Amino acid sequence: MSERTHASKKRRLHLAAHFPGVNNTTVWADPRSRSQIDFASFEHLARTAERGLFDFFFLAEGLRLREHKGRIHDLDVVGRPESLTVLTALAAVTERLGLAGTVNATFNEPYELARRLSSLDHLSAGRAAWNVVTSSDAFTGENFRRGGYLDRADRYTRAAEFVRTARELWDSWTPQGEPRPFAHQGQHFDIEGEFTLPRSPQGHPVVIQAGDSPEGREFAASAADVVFTRHGTLEAGRDFYADVKGRLAKYGREPDDLKIMPGVTFVLGDTAADAQERAAEIRRQQVSPQNAILALEQVWGVDLSSYDPDGPLPDIDPDPESTLVQGRVKITNALEIAAKWRALSRAKGLSIRQTVIETTTRQSFVGTPEAVAAELEEFVATGAADGFILVPHLTPGGLDDFVDRVVPLLQERGVYRTEYRGTTLRSHLGLREPIWKG
Amino acid sequence: MTLHLAVSIDQPGAYEAAPYAESALLAERGLLDFVTLGDSFGRPGADALAVLARVAPGTARIGLVPTVTTTHTEPFHVQAALATLDWVSHGRAGWAIDVSESEAEARLFGRRHAAPAGELWREAGEVADVARRLWDSWEDDAEIRDVATGRFIDRDKLHYVDFEGSAFSVRGPSIVPRPPQGHPVTVVDATAPHARDTAARYADVALVRVAGLPGAEAARAELRAAAAGFGRDPDALKVLADLTVDLGDGEAVVDLAELIASWHASGAVDGFHLRPAEPRRDLERLVNGTVALLQHRGLFRTFYPGSTLREHLDLARPANRYAALAGDRHE
Ligand SMILES: Cc1cc2nc3c(=O)[nH]c(=O)nc-3n(C[C@H](O)[C@H](O)[C@H](O)COP(=O)(O)O)c2cc1C
Repeated sequence: MSERTHASKKRRLHLAAHFPGVNNTTVWADPRSRSQIDFASFEHLARTAERGLFDFFFLAEGLRLREHKGRIHDLDVVGRPESLTVLTALAAVTERLGLAGTVNATFNEPYELARRLSSLDHLSAGRAAWNVVTSSDAFTGENFRRGGYLDRADRYTRAAEFVRTARELWDSWTPQGEPRPFAHQGQHFDIEGEFTLPRSPQGHPVVIQAGDSPEGREFAASAADVVFTRHGTLEAGRDFYADVKGRLAKYGREPDDLKIMPGVTFVLGDTAADAQERAAEIRRQQVSPQNAILALEQVWGVDLSSYDPDGPLPDIDPDPESTLVQGRVKITNALEIAAKWRALSRAKGLSIRQTVIETTTRQSFVGTPEAVAAELEEFVATGAADGFILVPHLTPGGLDDFVDRVVPLLQERGVYRTEYRGTTLRSHLGLREPIWKG
Repeated sequence: MTLHLAVSIDQPGAYEAAPYAESALLAERGLLDFVTLGDSFGRPGADALAVLARVAPGTARIGLVPTVTTTHTEPFHVQAALATLDWVSHGRAGWAIDVSESEAEARLFGRRHAAPAGELWREAGEVADVARRLWDSWEDDAEIRDVATGRFIDRDKLHYVDFEGSAFSVRGPSIVPRPPQGHPVTVVDATAPHARDTAARYADVALVRVAGLPGAEAARAELRAAAAGFGRDPDALKVLADLTVDLGDGEAVVDLAELIASWHASGAVDGFHLRPAEPRRDLERLVNGTVALLQHRGLFRTFYPGSTLREHLDLARPANRYAALAGDRHE
């Protein structure tokens, strides 16, 4: 058996790049950290991802600045440009890389967003993707005409109808390029008219889903092409993978019609020990003394600013009714978490800061390039993922080492492409072009 | 008085980036102040702001002014997209405000019925107002990256706008830091009477479609007086005559240069916004013919002295309304 046929039997993995902007993994205090706003930063990361033959470049979204104790959160990176506009500009400086933007389905309208996404797809010659999120709190709503709050069930019925409607619009022109009127009447939308763009170069923009509730998983199974998940460990990954892929059949879909891609971080070193040391240093930068207190306050729901981050955890109990934190998922089982943290701190003699570091470390691939490449392959080979959305720590150089050192090893292992075959994002992901349903 | 020239790069039926990118580059070779791209939710083609974002990295100096309507959009999204266009173009963004009057457009959204133009333009003014407040909601130096205190931003330099309009409200602050120009340039076609007040209050550039020189003079005088009535410096409002030009005949290139020179010399207008009748042919003739003639006569720039659209237009970078207040507080 030749190398080639052997290699072709292995499952290929997919890679995507998450721009390290507004999130608590971004290390802004590092002297190499650059602007999260300047176009040069986006261009650098996107070009690096394309050099690494990645499927797509990914931007998150937040529509209201987070608050803590009624004041704007000031310890992490704050401020970001608007996703679709940045991605459209990136289409000018890349050729093959997919361009994925997170856009909320609760605070947008189908006609306008379908048009913006189709525009991105046309202007990038078939590289657009939409990550459909449904965050719906009234806090975010205060910036919008729609305003208000939708409960979980409603936001997913709105999101599902939104995606269905967008696809009706994308299919409203004939394959010969003739516009035809559309009309959609449903629970959330009652609209009609003529769409202004022909079917786009990859049929429809790719649809990504991120959200973990049963409703979210069901929505993904029924409507998404890619799932962006937080389940980054082998065990949790396999469970999630099996669960979501298992939901596909009832929608008449094949397992390969939906790619599951956990968001993961990575730290490389010349030796395992070197990588571990770097990872620990990154954790210390992510959890500054001030951030440690803040993380504690987010669980406890009360002001703990008088506590010493290098001292022991507070004896007082959390306030389960607290509304201290605005603009991110609320902690629902505070008493339980606090008990766990106290037990850990007592057992290992950890300070507040050490406890936060230990309990909030997410799945990260830490090791030599060889070890990381092997681990990534194992995830894909054993059904824990179809690929990964890599979240670097640094803007914008955080992907450089990965592309230079890990990608060639994945290629040698025969689990990663050595060139782009097609030009569209759908072709990179191995997804079929949607059948025209005009 | 500096002569300002702008051109529309509308190209019916173009869905790809290439023809727009070529036109913008050509206009930049002609050292024009800005290009415009018209839009509405019923117009065939890609979203105009997206097209100009796609054009931005391949150009260096030319101003980029998409039409963005305000009737069916979310003001918060609109201001964020425009601020982002300013960031990706390093300070070359503008927007031509327009409204959607038709029931056909209203049916694309299904949220409200068509409304009278006067009401829609008043709302457009509110959108312009809240956009500026949101652009100011971050002071320019709000990002501090202070490792010692662990603070990325100085939260005292971020501001809630708490805007209550007739049809919407916005809490703020924006998610996008203040863009390079402070405020992207606001353009309003002030030809229709309903748009005049909004133009006089909020426009940096007003376009007027007129039949002849006296009409242009009258429109400019009226807009400047109205701007002064709103407490503005009339010189901060540039009035451009909006003309459709057909340069099919070789002589037309020269005629146009003469018309531009004489209207401008008489002080009737600050410049011109030209709409080529035949997009590719006329833009090429405009740049290589008319503009070259105007340069030869010393009437038009031969290099861009600045890099932002505001600099091309001799418009100051706006002061931040919240920084001024905070300054008083800190004294
Ligand atoms: C990996 C991942 C990334 C997400 N990224 C965003 C984001 O960028 N913006 C956003 O508004 N919500 C984001 N979300 C939130 C979800 O889309 C969703 O609205 C939220 O998790 C609530 O839905 P659920 O109850 O189904 O989890 C993300 C969720 C996950 C799991």
